[in-house]
Amino acid sequence: MTKPQYDDGVVKYLTVLAVVFLVLGTLMGTFAASQLAWPALNFDIAEITFARLRVMHTNTVIFAFGGMTLMATAFYTVQRTNGIKLFSNKLAWITAVLFTVGLLLGVITLSMGMTQGKEYHELIWPLDIAVALVWVLYTFNFVMTIASRNKETHSHVYVSNWFFLGMMIMITYLYVVNGLAIPVSLFTSYSIFSGVQDAMIQWWWGHNAVGFFLTAGFLGIMYYFVPKQAQRPVYSYRLSVIHFWALMFGYVWLGAHHLQYTALPDWTGSLGAVISLAMIIPSWGGALNGMLTLSGAWDRLRTDYILRFLIMALAFYAMATFEGPVMAAKTVNALSHYTDWTIGHVHSGALGWVAMVSIGAIYHMVMKLWKTEMYSMRLINFHFWLATIGTVLYIVAMWVSGIMQGLMWRAYDEYGMLAYTFAESVAAMHPYYVMRAVGGVLFTSGAVVMLYNIVMTIKMAKARQTSTVAANA
Amino acid sequence: MADQTPKNFQDRVERNIFAMILATAFVVSIAGIVEIVPLFYLKSTVDYTEKTDKYGNVKNEKFPELVWERTFTEQDGKVVSDKRLYYKKADGTWGSDWKQGDGVRPHTPLEFAGRDIYIREGCYICHSQMIRPFRDERERYGHFSLATESMYDRPFQWGSKRTGPDLARVGGKYSDEWHVMHLLRPQDLVPESVMPAYPWLAENSVDNYFFGLTRNMKARMTALRRVGVPYTDEEIELAQEHIEGKTEMDAIVAYMQVLGTMVKLDDSKVYRE
Repeated sequence: MTKPQYDDGVVKYLTVLAVVFLVLGTLMGTFAASQLAWPALNFDIAEITFARLRVMHTNTVIFAFGGMTLMATAFYTVQRTNGIKLFSNKLAWITAVLFTVGLLLGVITLSMGMTQGKEYHELIWPLDIAVALVWVLYTFNFVMTIASRNKETHSHVYVSNWFFLGMMIMITYLYVVNGLAIPVSLFTSYSIFSGVQDAMIQWWWGHNAVGFFLTAGFLGIMYYFVPKQAQRPVYSYRLSVIHFWALMFGYVWLGAHHLQYTALPDWTGSLGAVISLAMIIPSWGGALNGMLTLSGAWDRLRTDYILRFLIMALAFYAMATFEGPVMAAKTVNALSHYTDWTIGHVHSGALGWVAMVSIGAIYHMVMKLWKTEMYSMRLINFHFWLATIGTVLYIVAMWVSGIMQGLMWRAYDEYGMLAYTFAESVAAMHPYYVMRAVGGVLFTSGAVVMLYNIVMTIKMAKARQTSTVAANA
Repeated sequence: MADQTPKNFQDRVERNIFAMILATAFVVSIAGIVEIVPLFYLKSTVDYTEKTDKYGNVKNEKFPELVWERTFTEQDGKVVSDKRLYYKKADGTWGSDWKQGDGVRPHTPLEFAGRDIYIREGCYICHSQMIRPFRDERERYGHFSLATESMYDRPFQWGSKRTGPDLARVGGKYSDEWHVMHLLRPQDLVPESVMPAYPWLAENSVDNYFFGLTRNMKARMTALRRVGVPYTDEEIELAQEHIEGKTEMDAIVAYMQVLGTMVKLDDSKVYRE
């Protein structure tokens, strides 16, 4: 029996770029975090003032690192779970290159202050359309690959593909609707929605960029790479079915919890809060499904550093999906909204869950794609600890500063007057902003170690290949 | 060899990718239909403020103080109104039939350009414009924000984070000079501040768009009118002239000084349950 060959060139390209963007994105984030601790770091340079850099950071980590990872893993897993090559390798390359160009232009235009002004949907309309096109091409290639599988050997579509598919459908839908705008020049457009409706549509997108792009897609990664790395089947098929449909149905409602107590009607916010609470069940079901896949193989955590990343990611996923519903509860939200706690929550998901599961999957893929061992396993372990300690420092700093901010803003003195001015609350944040920047430095260093390790691995694999060829000749 | 007959719904969609696409597309649409669609037709969403025709005439029978009512009509193919948002006086200065507290109105070209700059600099990343109905927010920032107050905002500027204070009602709280100094060197006025300085705002002419192109206010306001922000033809004609000779600093200060000053809210009324 001959093994089917896969289209891995494009996967290699996307994998390496994902790591490069991880380094760049976390570097921007760390610098932006340092600007809040030491505002002199803005240097009066328009292109790197905090707000512009923050937007460049979010776009680089979410769309460049996250997007490249999702493309790499989807193209990698769809071939292996369906036992065939991509529907079109050429189309995959066009998608990947167009995406790279779009993202680079995106970061440049954002630094110049060209933006649509909607959080996580900032790219100006021509780039917005280009990215939407990339997404449709990616989805088309993915779906057609599954559709052309051999139904005798691969009768059912594997669970990781459901999650990728769910993400692709929902993101297309959200991105297009939230991006509807009327252009007035090449760089400027105005949203066709206004005020309260615009706010709701924005957060319907905003929360589902998290729920679908950063959760469903990365759960697709989890459902393939955790069982592969653990060499065990997924713990429960039934739980995956429930996890999938509950996630697809439930996540979409949550956007409204970003607008509690605002001018959005109360019923909408409350509905968002109630469904947010209910989402603990499918989220934890999914996290358990991943973790229990290790049943009988827990000892491997001691020796398998890649598995450590994957399992730590699931632990952070479980934590963040517990924290989220708590923060959506109206009484908690009254305190946490507008504070750093939200930023901490996002990063426990983004660093702890999304980045860790991606890092695990990328290490796994690099070894398979270049058919080699890693250059250094010890460096992976070192990366693991840098990433974990960096993440923990970050989120602890934000918990403290967020809750403190919330309490200071609402504190009254003995005469019934506001106890603190706003400026006093800003000053009180300084130590925690420093602590966060340190967390960022650790996490970024981990990413640099990863890039070095991967570059050396590829060099090593290439050198070996040449020597084998020479030996054979 | 796999069994050829699907056992149940799940089995069927797992065998047919297109069935799975349809089922998923249906499931993910439900929330939007229930949560978002009603916001476009329930009058209570925007405090009972209604648009009454294609020219953008607005009225609010329950809370008439919320909106600036003026009557738009069409004459010889041009949109005209009984009241003018801005007009050029004989002495070359600008006048308006609107007074502070008359109700929500669209932005003037200068304020509007200021708003564009506010968005360009990403001010909304650190400043919210949405006061919540809590005692401390009332004392710190003022009356809670109403949906009508952002009905012309595209995109909305409610924000999601207060690294700096809320700006929904910052208009009139500080002088123009304070704002200029603060934007040039924030730490000189507020030593604890972590805000970046924006020295280039004072140097750049507001006419200048990217790559030396002209900021075309006429095109912008025409586009906004197309999506329902009411301006008369005369106002659109005057738009470019309205920002002439101004800096980006003038524009952003004009924008900040109008924030929260359009409506005079009545403390005895319950605007929102």
